[in-house]
Amino acid sequence: MAGALALFTACAPAFATVNIFACLPEWAALATELGGNKVSVYQASNAMQDPHRIEARPSLVAHMRSADLAICTGAELEIGWLPVLQQTAGNQKVQPGQPGFIAAAEFVDRLEVPSRLDRADGDIHPAGNPHIQLDPHNIARVGQVLTQRLSQIDAPDAAYYESRGKDFQNRWAQAISRWEKDAAPLKGLRLVPYHKDSVYLIKWLGMVEVMNVEPKPGIPPSAGHLSDLVGRLKGGAADVITRSAYQDPKAAASLAEKTGLPVVELPYTVGGTPGAKDLFGLFDDSITRLKAAKK
Amino acid sequence: MFRKVTLAAAVGAAFAAPLPAIAADDAEVQKIRDEIKDLKEDYETRVRQLEQRLEQTEQHPAAAAAAPVQSAPMQSAPMQSAPASPNAFNPAISLILGGQFSNLQRDPETYQIGGFIPGGDEVGPGSRSFNLGESELTVSASIDPYFSGWFVMAVNSENEVEVEEGFVQNSGAISGLTVKFGRMLSGFGYLNEIHAHAWDFVDSPLVYQAFFGGQLKEDGIQARWLAPTPVLVEVGVETGRGSAFPGSDRNKNGVNSAMLFAHVGDDVGISNSYRVGASYRATKAQDRTYDDVDSLGTPVTNAFTGDSKMWGVDFVWKWAPNGNTVDRNFKFQAEYLHRTEDGRLAFDSTGANLSDAYRSRQSGWYVQGAYQFMPRWRFGLRYEELSSGTPDIGLVNSGVLTAADFPRLAENDPKRSTAMIDFSPSEFSRFRLQFARDEARFNEADNQIFLQYIMSLGTHGAHKF
Repeated sequence: MAGALALFTACAPAFATVNIFACLPEWAALATELGGNKVSVYQASNAMQDPHRIEARPSLVAHMRSADLAICTGAELEIGWLPVLQQTAGNQKVQPGQPGFIAAAEFVDRLEVPSRLDRADGDIHPAGNPHIQLDPHNIARVGQVLTQRLSQIDAPDAAYYESRGKDFQNRWAQAISRWEKDAAPLKGLRLVPYHKDSVYLIKWLGMVEVMNVEPKPGIPPSAGHLSDLVGRLKGGAADVITRSAYQDPKAAASLAEKTGLPVVELPYTVGGTPGAKDLFGLFDDSITRLKAAKK
Repeated sequence: MFRKVTLAAAVGAAFAAPLPAIAADDAEVQKIRDEIKDLKEDYETRVRQLEQRLEQTEQHPAAAAAAPVQSAPMQSAPMQSAPASPNAFNPAISLILGGQFSNLQRDPETYQIGGFIPGGDEVGPGSRSFNLGESELTVSASIDPYFSGWFVMAVNSENEVEVEEGFVQNSGAISGLTVKFGRMLSGFGYLNEIHAHAWDFVDSPLVYQAFFGGQLKEDGIQARWLAPTPVLVEVGVETGRGSAFPGSDRNKNGVNSAMLFAHVGDDVGISNSYRVGASYRATKAQDRTYDDVDSLGTPVTNAFTGDSKMWGVDFVWKWAPNGNTVDRNFKFQAEYLHRTEDGRLAFDSTGANLSDAYRSRQSGWYVQGAYQFMPRWRFGLRYEELSSGTPDIGLVNSGVLTAADFPRLAENDPKRSTAMIDFSPSEFSRFRLQFARDEARFNEADNQIFLQYIMSLGTHGAHKF
């Protein structure tokens, strides 16, 4: 085994590309935008999977082992699976505190930081709501961190990452102003999201979260809770019910049927809908879908 | 929200009350109503704005005053600093509260896995009625940049508290290498490394009970190395004191067990993933005693001294539509274990102490599946069989004693069939109902019913595949 180890160590500098392990599709898309052909991105989950509940599969352990950089949301979103990967992959580079580990939520202003921590309130996150990617300003901030880390890890290509980062930030800033203009009619739109995973989008576009389909975060709605919701939603208390691609459509559909409210399926992340094929598409499509429902 | 509603109601009520007194002319009433409406809306907007500002200040004192994001400088430090209390470095604590109500047709005191030399303390279905079982307290934290530590205390089915695990781990000192030392659940097989609260059934498989006495723990050191491949390829070695059944404490320097294991695993499409493994472990037992009765019915203590060698293969397959486990998922798992014991068996070691050669070749397997058919609900089936074979007992072959002097070693093929259904109100709580028909005793079936609860408090533990 010592011989094999020596062989692999000797081979390591030959791999010019930076191996990036992206916990979630939005970070994989961001890494691809910023790393270009200098990086090889492994996306650990897809938009049809609940990010709280990914299995620490053998393939994930194997890819974490060879990663030079891991980018995840943090704020305990991946707490059910990421720690296992970090503890068993035998890879110092991706441990918390290393330049090769980015917990994106640390770099943005988190909403809904609970003032009390009690599991009686459901599966809440002490560091605040972790679904940060739906505010494009957060994507910009995390992008800055990623560019800086890539330049640090792969110093010879730093100029490449800097210029690619600048280009992305420019295009992104333009897109943000376009989206903000485009989404102006959505201001004040009253939403009933399935889970509290759209709060950043709602705050960014000045919409209102009336209530959630889930009685408490992570607790699926019972029939009794749904009929209670029907009562509370009667009389025009909300405009649309939304659900993310990975969530069970049944509860939202039955609520829609009983209240007459439209259901909007939101991509939530890259790949969640056919339109959300990259980060730009994610916001384009989210806004388009909400505007279509408003009419 | 509540404050806003009360305020709006109060404003509305204050203006609405005097209305009938001046309700002379419709246009004027309408005008007043409009004014009230405007006033109300204005008030609500202001209250909402105030609330938002308050909320922002409470949550992000720094951010409330921050400039727009685009012009902000690169954020390279966390937005919120860590709490400065002296307890901030306290380890993560997670407590599993588990217990069950057991209804057993046969007296659990008479439980035995016929044909197998008994050992270990987690054999059998436990006691009748209510039991506090498999409650676990886990304390863990990083020690420094190089090590992290775990300590797991558990209440076993005999209601005794024991240190289940207590180890220090380093991961990545050499790329791909993870080293653990201390007391740990051995890396043999698949289920052995998984804590009881994460099992799909109340009890461990019969083959684990017969070969490990429940769950194999090792005081020693384990090293595992992951190959730098996109498919999981892992090899490991483990060695230690080997004092747990099927070994015994030999009061010798050095080590008393050696183990090798290997795992391969990957995804098949986006909905399926698997892991296969193989393990081999050798240990020695010295005067490993067990109780039996001789052909006259007199209780005797017999003792085995010699080598105990085990190998096993394990397989796990998990399915979930699109890899999303929330609504539906299926887990299939199977293990086959084989053990050879070669040495000397002493009859009535505390009395006559007759001793001669002994050799046994025994095996066992289980196969199980657990299907989550809707959120919160799962059902599972398990079938298992053991084969004791006929041991080669020198004292019987030479005619000194007869096979009837070793009734516990008579040939037997224990079987057990189990069905369970469980309900998990949340990720942190689970109730399980389990039925088993246990045919481990000689010629006697035991119908067992368990009602189990498993509750998780504190730190959200991550689970292995």
